[in-house]
Amino acid sequence: MLKVKDLNVYYGVIHALKGIDFNVPENKIVTLIGSNGAGKSSTLKAVAGLVKPKGKISFLGHNIVGKRAYKITKQGLALVPEGRHVFVNLSITENLRMGAFGKKYSELKPLYKKAFDMFPILKERANQKAGTLSGGEQQMLALARALMSEPSLLMLDEPSLGLAPKIVAEVFDIIKSLNRGGMTILLVEQNAGLALKIADYAYVLENGAITLEGDAKSVLNNEQVRKSYLGEI
Amino acid sequence: MNITIILQQLVNGLSLGSLYGLIAIGYTMVYGVIRLINFAHGDIMMVGTYFALFAATTFLLPWWAAFIVAIALAALLGVFIDKVAYKPLRNASRISSLITAIGVSFLLENLFLVLFGGVPRAFKIPQVFSGVVHLNGVIIPIIALITPIVAIVCLLLLMQILQHTKYGIAMRALSLDMETTRIMGANVDAIIAFVFAIGSALAAIGGIFWALRYPSINPLMGIMPGLKAFAAAVLGGIGSVPGAALGGFIIGITEILVVAFLPSLAGYKDAFAFLLLIFVLLFKPTGIMGEDLEKGRF
Repeated sequence: MLKVKDLNVYYGVIHALKGIDFNVPENKIVTLIGSNGAGKSSTLKAVAGLVKPKGKISFLGHNIVGKRAYKITKQGLALVPEGRHVFVNLSITENLRMGAFGKKYSELKPLYKKAFDMFPILKERANQKAGTLSGGEQQMLALARALMSEPSLLMLDEPSLGLAPKIVAEVFDIIKSLNRGGMTILLVEQNAGLALKIADYAYVLENGAITLEGDAKSVLNNEQVRKSYLGEI
Repeated sequence: MNITIILQQLVNGLSLGSLYGLIAIGYTMVYGVIRLINFAHGDIMMVGTYFALFAATTFLLPWWAAFIVAIALAALLGVFIDKVAYKPLRNASRISSLITAIGVSFLLENLFLVLFGGVPRAFKIPQVFSGVVHLNGVIIPIIALITPIVAIVCLLLLMQILQHTKYGIAMRALSLDMETTRIMGANVDAIIAFVFAIGSALAAIGGIFWALRYPSINPLMGIMPGLKAFAAAVLGGIGSVPGAALGGFIIGITEILVVAFLPSLAGYKDAFAFLLLIFVLLFKPTGIMGEDLEKGRF
């Protein structure tokens, strides 16, 4: 579904991504793990069109390098950004409306219903400002908002960030069930243990380059990974 | 001083204030989405008024058609200015865009001076807008009644757009977070262009009603109303649409009442708007209805 070849990102003189290759096959959960500043968010932003990369990104068979972000979104790619970034000045319904920006008015009703069925907490507060929600609820809203565009590929940037463990477990259950329903997912996480448990395939990113890849299980059992990312000695 | 005169002055102030309010909305919306004080906004009002004049006198359109054409052309002008002057600077420092806005303002003023001269031109007032009504001894020019109604209708329409249409919601989203609005699949450049179109159309409406009130127009006529509308936008809380309208009413009414009740200070009438501006900036920089800018607007 998503094929990335020799992806480079520069911020001025800083070479943030140094020619990485990765694939996200259909119906799979692929995870990119790595420490802070390894280039995980840059990778997602480059794919989503928020930063201009060099290299090849093919999404559903189309080259999307150099395309503007809103056009990439319309092709069926959704990003849940790091730190959630819900529109705190808009109501929950209006946030969902933004998620479905490319949809016609007549298509909205079933989409709202789907979102509210999946996240009942949002239905109770449909007319409240998103700024009044807790961190966990905002993460749910960010997820629901991304799903409103009915994406072919869902990219999640650090969905566990700043959430209580109980909420994190809930979020990951939802990700898993989305995948069971056929959703293709690219998951970026610092919490490598969690990500590897639900992923099919994993890439380890260090200083802007991929240093290890493989089935999530084999990466989970890799000694180096256990030492560096899972806190085992 | 009796109640009749007070009422008369209040209506007069309300009418002037609604003109400031109409112009202030453009300042506040553009600031809300791209954090730019568009100092060319008052000049767009002037250009809109000239469009109306030429449509009516040169092209001999009926007044209502001339007004509609002028409002539409002003909206296009706003979009065009954004595209050629501000859009290339979207990622530059804010001061660059601000200086560019002042440059655009000078360009429009001087271009119109060169093209049409500095001699004021008469703005022909259509029959329907002239005349007065008598209400219990209060004599009110019809235009002073129509202007606030037009302003309030425009404000209510705009609030409907902002609250209930997809592009309105996107404008509010954009005022908070441009990058996230992009990944929702919204064409941010088109939304900003739409904001310029709305603001410029309202400025043209303000300009036309300004000319119906003071029917002598010249290329520098936009400067003072533009600056006062800017003061109104800050007073109401820059970024807030109802705030801009409220600020406009306050400044208009203050100005008229000062002249009416303290005639010795009439020469300073233009100073009061700026005095208010200074006090707002000193004691409540976020204005009456303004909030923390990082919380998004409209």
